[in-house]
Amino acid sequence: MNSHSDPHTDSGATRATTPAATSPKERLERSAATQPAHKISIRDLSIRYGPFTALSGVNLDIPVNQIFGIIGPANSGKTSFLNAINRMDMMRANMNVQGSVLFNGVDVTSWGNVYALRSKIGVVFPLPVGLPLSIYDNVALSPRLRGINNKSQIDEIVERSLKRAALWDEVKERLGSLGSLLSGGQQQRLTIARALSQDPEVLMLDEFSIAVDPVTTMRIEDVLKELKNQMTIILVTNLVQQANRLADRTAFFLNGSCVEVGDTDALFNGKVRDQRTDDYINGRFG
Amino acid sequence: MSIPLEKASTLVAAGDVRNRDWYIDKLFHSFMFICGISAVIFVLGIFVFVFKEGSGFIIHQLDWAEFFLSPKWRPTSAIQASYGTLAMVAGTAAVTLISMAVALPFSFGAAIFIAEFARGKTREWLKVVIELLAAIPSVVWGFIGLMIMNPLIIDIFDVPIGLNVLNSGIILGLMAAPIITSIAEDAFKAVPDTYREAAEALGATKWQVIYKVVLPAAKNGLLSAALLGVGRAFGETMAVLMASGHALTIPGSVFDSIRALTATIAAELGETPVGSDHYQALFAIGIFLFSITFIINMTADLIVRGIKNQ
Amino acid sequence: MNQTATHTSTRFQAEPINLKNIQVQKLFMILFGLMAAVLVIPVILIIFTLLQKGGSAISWEFLTTFPSNGMTAGGILPALLGTVWLVAISLLASVPLGVAAAIYLSEYAPQDHWLTRVINLATINLAGVPSIVHALFGLGAFVAFFHLGTSILAASLTLAVMTLPVVIVASWESLQSVPFAFREACWNMGATRWQTIWHVVLPNALTGILTGIILQVSRAAGETAPIMFTGAAFFLPFLPSSVMDQTMALALHLFTISTQVPGVPEQIPFGVALVLFGIVLIINTCSIWLRMYLRSKKKW
Ligand SMILES: Nc1ncnc2c1ncn2[C@@H]1O[C@H](COP(=O)(O)OP(=O)(O)OP(=O)(O)O)[C@@H](O)[C@H]1O
Ligand SMILES: [Mg+2]
Repeated sequence: MNSHSDPHTDSGATRATTPAATSPKERLERSAATQPAHKISIRDLSIRYGPFTALSGVNLDIPVNQIFGIIGPANSGKTSFLNAINRMDMMRANMNVQGSVLFNGVDVTSWGNVYALRSKIGVVFPLPVGLPLSIYDNVALSPRLRGINNKSQIDEIVERSLKRAALWDEVKERLGSLGSLLSGGQQQRLTIARALSQDPEVLMLDEFSIAVDPVTTMRIEDVLKELKNQMTIILVTNLVQQANRLADRTAFFLNGSCVEVGDTDALFNGKVRDQRTDDYINGRFG
Repeated sequence: MSIPLEKASTLVAAGDVRNRDWYIDKLFHSFMFICGISAVIFVLGIFVFVFKEGSGFIIHQLDWAEFFLSPKWRPTSAIQASYGTLAMVAGTAAVTLISMAVALPFSFGAAIFIAEFARGKTREWLKVVIELLAAIPSVVWGFIGLMIMNPLIIDIFDVPIGLNVLNSGIILGLMAAPIITSIAEDAFKAVPDTYREAAEALGATKWQVIYKVVLPAAKNGLLSAALLGVGRAFGETMAVLMASGHALTIPGSVFDSIRALTATIAAELGETPVGSDHYQALFAIGIFLFSITFIINMTADLIVRGIKNQ
Repeated sequence: MNQTATHTSTRFQAEPINLKNIQVQKLFMILFGLMAAVLVIPVILIIFTLLQKGGSAISWEFLTTFPSNGMTAGGILPALLGTVWLVAISLLASVPLGVAAAIYLSEYAPQDHWLTRVINLATINLAGVPSIVHALFGLGAFVAFFHLGTSILAASLTLAVMTLPVVIVASWESLQSVPFAFREACWNMGATRWQTIWHVVLPNALTGILTGIILQVSRAAGETAPIMFTGAAFFLPFLPSSVMDQTMALALHLFTISTQVPGVPEQIPFGVALVLFGIVLIINTCSIWLRMYLRSKKKW
């Protein structure tokens, strides 16, 4: 780790070792060659809505191919945090993000094509949003947007995504019917299938079980356990035990700041640094 | 192993390429923006072009006192042309006044009925028919004034001519009624149900609820509805041209024929040589009309916005 | 909980059933109902009178022949076709522009931005400009400045400017009725704004936009003042051969034969008025039907 070394000497060294790293192509290769241990790193992140500060001073690292849990009471800034990662602040006039979010080691604000960035990050909302398209088209939309036109290729992506989201068996007979008319639990799995059809590097789930029955919740949890071998998962949850069951590491957000980050096992076994974390985990408030 | 943070931003991420879709999006954004400001361009365009044609007259010829205070509109007089609009302004004002006297009570009444009493099918049908009322072309209204109302007024009131303030006032009132009704209905609907429930819980009857709670709460909405109605009646052309008698007098009663500002332009523009004083004077009237409706619309909007900000 | 319930019910029972109050309420309902009826009755009377006095004039021949004898006899063919021309070309101009403007306002424009506010105000004002002022604008801009002369094109463009704000407002409302969550879902999967509009927003707003546009057809067909000096003629013995020609129009024809030409038999102008109102009525019915169909087909 040389991130604490003097920036001046450091930048000088970098310039010396890679003197010609200026052309886009070369820079591209260089970044591809660098495999950061952390999929996402957050440094001094603050989020404001107009004059109101929703989140401030967050520093944390999200490791590759693990489930990273985020717990915390309502309005603690969890959703805002997710929105900052995939740069949804660009779509909201009053949302202002400061600090840096590094995705594969590169600041997300430096992306020239944010849409390409977002297509690498799948998102699942608290309330399922089935687009008013057929089930098939719901899942096929993302590959089509990426310019895949080959019918058999899309068929394949749709089937694979629906299977990974544990929905295929229920809908394979009626792929042509409207996605927005499925049941809540099915729609949520459809949303997950849609996110998976992007072939994302990161999957962000925001309180996905709010409108889903316990049995479906368990099925989706099983799906997530499978998926974490292939992608990094950020799981925002209002169910403390869900984080306990699934997450490798867990962060606790409270009133717009990140109180504590640590290994889930440690946190849930009382090895906390902050008393508030323990109180929240054990249901003494929130 | 790890990259220094302050260097990270100079890197380009894998897959970060501005592809065709990115450029298409930028292109459409610009295109939509240009179309988006078209309304602004046209409002400015209207002002510029109407002003351009009328400006020569306003700057060199116009006697402001005569224009606003003289009732004598004699643009074609060879000896002493005069351009006074007082009679037309009075005529337009009289017709607008009568039209509002007709439209406001019935529109507000209908809006109350639709918003507070009518349910289900009655309500649907009522709205459909009132929409149809709004769809009748102004020239058909003028025709109705000419062929149906005219003999009717002569018969009923025993007056020599039925093309007058009353005739065109009623017609303009009916024409303005749909828009007033629909805006007033919106204003009533915007009053939260909790207000009504609170009043009803205190034992108020439906009428008391409407009179004491709903009407005061919807006051601004009704005011802006009335203003837009005035704008509508004031700017109407064909109907008032055909139903008002088109006589240049300051009206003394509702049975006098009058001549509206709009109707004067419609009736005379076709016969004036392009660029003549008369032609330019008609454009000057146009500027006057544009300015008044502009003020009316802005005021109505300010009032509506006042409600939203409360 | 239980206590509140009893409390409420006793209060309602304590309230004496006031017969007079109920009667007053009925009275007011009837009063307001009658006021609404005052707005309904003219529509019915007008339809009835036009049918009664103009119905006899309507025939296939009436619709397909030229006026004759100094417009005191014959049909309305050139006026009817002229109106179709004017409306079609004006829609060709106003619909793409208006829908695009609505897309900008609904999908791109930053909220609470001064420019957005200015655009909204301009739209409101454009809708409120008197039709005769639109005529002056058309004359000054299209006929004179852009050298289109008095032509179908100049008249259509004038009509287009006039109908533009209503196309914008109708399309905007329709776009806004598409839930915001759909857009968010698309953006989050990496769709550009335009892809979101094209794949999800527009398809779901289309029928609503169409309803608004259909209403514009009827409005444009009935307008007289804006075309009077920009391209419509009182009488032409031939059909227009290009958009640079003048044309007759139904609305202006009604004005002409009922005020400018003496000795026209009564049923002819009534017949013209009936045709004009009939067109408007049919178009409006279509639009209402479409709206009801749309409501029954809601996808979310
Ligand atoms: N678009 C917005 N404009 C203004 N304030 C916002 C906006 N979105 C969120 N906020 C505010 O930011 C704070 C954090 O909101 P956020 O949605 O991130 O919380 P959360 O932790 O996801 O809560 P929940 O558990 O209820 O989903 C809240 O106080 C909220 O009111
Ligand atoms: Mg949230």
